Amino acid sequence: MSGVLESPANLHRRRTMARAFRTACMLLAWLCLVLLVVLLIHATYEGLPWLDLQFLREFPSRFPERAGIKSALYGSLWLISLTAGFSIPVGVAAAIYLEEYARRSRIHSLIEVSIANLAGVPSIVYGILGLTLFVRWLALGRSVVAGALTMSLLILPVIIIASREALRAVPDSIRQAASALGATQWQTIRHHVLPSALSGILTGTILALSRAIGETAPLIMIGALTYVAFVPAGPMDAFTALPIQIFNWVSRPQQEFHQLAAAGIMVLLTVLLLMNAAAVIIRHRSQRNRL
Amino acid sequence: MIAEDALKIATQHSAAATNTDPPLLQAHDVSIYYGETAAIKDVSVVATERSITAIIGPSGCGKSTLLRAFNRMNDFIPDARLAGQIRYRGVDIYQPQVDPVEVRRRVGMVFQKPNPFPKSIFKNVSWGPVINGFKGDVPGLVESSLRKAALWDEVKDRLNDSALALSGGQQQRLCIARALALQPDVILMDEPASALDPVSTARIEDLLFELKERYTIVIVTHNMQQAARVSDFTAFLDAGKLVEFGETDQVFTRPKQKRTEDYVSGRFG
Repeated sequence: MSGVLESPANLHRRRTMARAFRTACMLLAWLCLVLLVVLLIHATYEGLPWLDLQFLREFPSRFPERAGIKSALYGSLWLISLTAGFSIPVGVAAAIYLEEYARRSRIHSLIEVSIANLAGVPSIVYGILGLTLFVRWLALGRSVVAGALTMSLLILPVIIIASREALRAVPDSIRQAASALGATQWQTIRHHVLPSALSGILTGTILALSRAIGETAPLIMIGALTYVAFVPAGPMDAFTALPIQIFNWVSRPQQEFHQLAAAGIMVLLTVLLLMNAAAVIIRHRSQRNRL
Repeated sequence: MIAEDALKIATQHSAAATNTDPPLLQAHDVSIYYGETAAIKDVSVVATERSITAIIGPSGCGKSTLLRAFNRMNDFIPDARLAGQIRYRGVDIYQPQVDPVEVRRRVGMVFQKPNPFPKSIFKNVSWGPVINGFKGDVPGLVESSLRKAALWDEVKDRLNDSALALSGGQQQRLCIARALALQPDVILMDEPASALDPVSTARIEDLLFELKERYTIVIVTHNMQQAARVSDFTAFLDAGKLVEFGETDQVFTRPKQKRTEDYVSGRFG
């Protein structure tokens, strides 16, 4: 027995390190979860009594018991739909160009670096850009469409980067197989590359849109209103959005408005969860339909 | 070896071709460069109708590069460049007015690793003809292609299952069926059995004999026994140069070059 399977001197220390690292990772993962749960419980505790149909149906008011979130909810839905409509086609098309068509060149790497940098620019800067470009130059005013265009600029880099990752993950053997069957590059992309990359593209896009729906700073910058007693009837109308309304209520002294803000947070989180659920369903469907 | 020699060897032994017909597929003084490095230097080989031509040689000798030149798959490699001519029925497929998409429709390819689309068995076969504007009986074409690839009996009851559920050998035969569905003249095969077990390999080799009745096959292989078993003509490449090209029998039993003899007898490579 002597010598066989005898532990080398440092094995014990290595094992301890391995265990310590595992525990550290686990603790940090739980920490994130606990923080989220605390936030949810707090918001529910404060906001649940206020969360009823009336809260969804009424416009904001200076009387807390009459105040509702209707204009902000509609504003946010308008904003996010238009943002998705602008940013998804442009972002995915840009990603396809960069990943599938563009030849390596100096301009190409310049574009790549710029996109990566744009993803890190603070959102308030996009607000300033939106104010100059869309509100002033294009004279769109403080409209939903100006807000959506600004939000699109903000999330485009994220969509492009996520879509490129998804396209890159499609094995080259699929492209070669399609090309060898006499497919044009577009047929290859349309029938094989995009369907394979779809779930990755969707995940990235939904994450980006989720960021957009929670952004406040650029909207305030382009002049989204904090008190709106109407629902936008078209893309050129003024609007408010959920995070702005929540911010507005939180900044008031009365306790009731703080509770309204909590109820607003619950609405915002519900919209987010619905969006994520939609992404899961679409992804599931697309995988089944590929057969 | 000069191009005329290659042509002579091929036509001498082929009953199908007469001297007036251009050979079905021909590499004429072909050199292929990746950037500044030449992967293939002045290679001339000929593939005649209804025969199997094997390209053998040690790893990195350029045999896949040469094969992929025959259907312009090297076009996808950014700085690959070809000098000389690849002729299909006498037409240089690299001249500007030739559309590579059309070349690939007529010259099918089967890859080293089975690469079925993540779709149903049926769609794997039907997709190529459909995107190329096939208007006839698609289910009939799918069936006949799968039959030719000796896969029909194994999959006829589950055509709508995912192709990824098939075994490796079945997937490779599906890829062959997929290529056959386009009704090509030539099928290029890049080590089609190297990722398969011996039983699946034997099935693919049997299939090659059947396909030879109708198609011209050019096959790259690492496996010298395989080349000796299945091919009619053999081209031996070494370091990007054609060392010897001739009837398989002759190349393996009475090689003209010392280098060939060393390689086929297993002394290097």
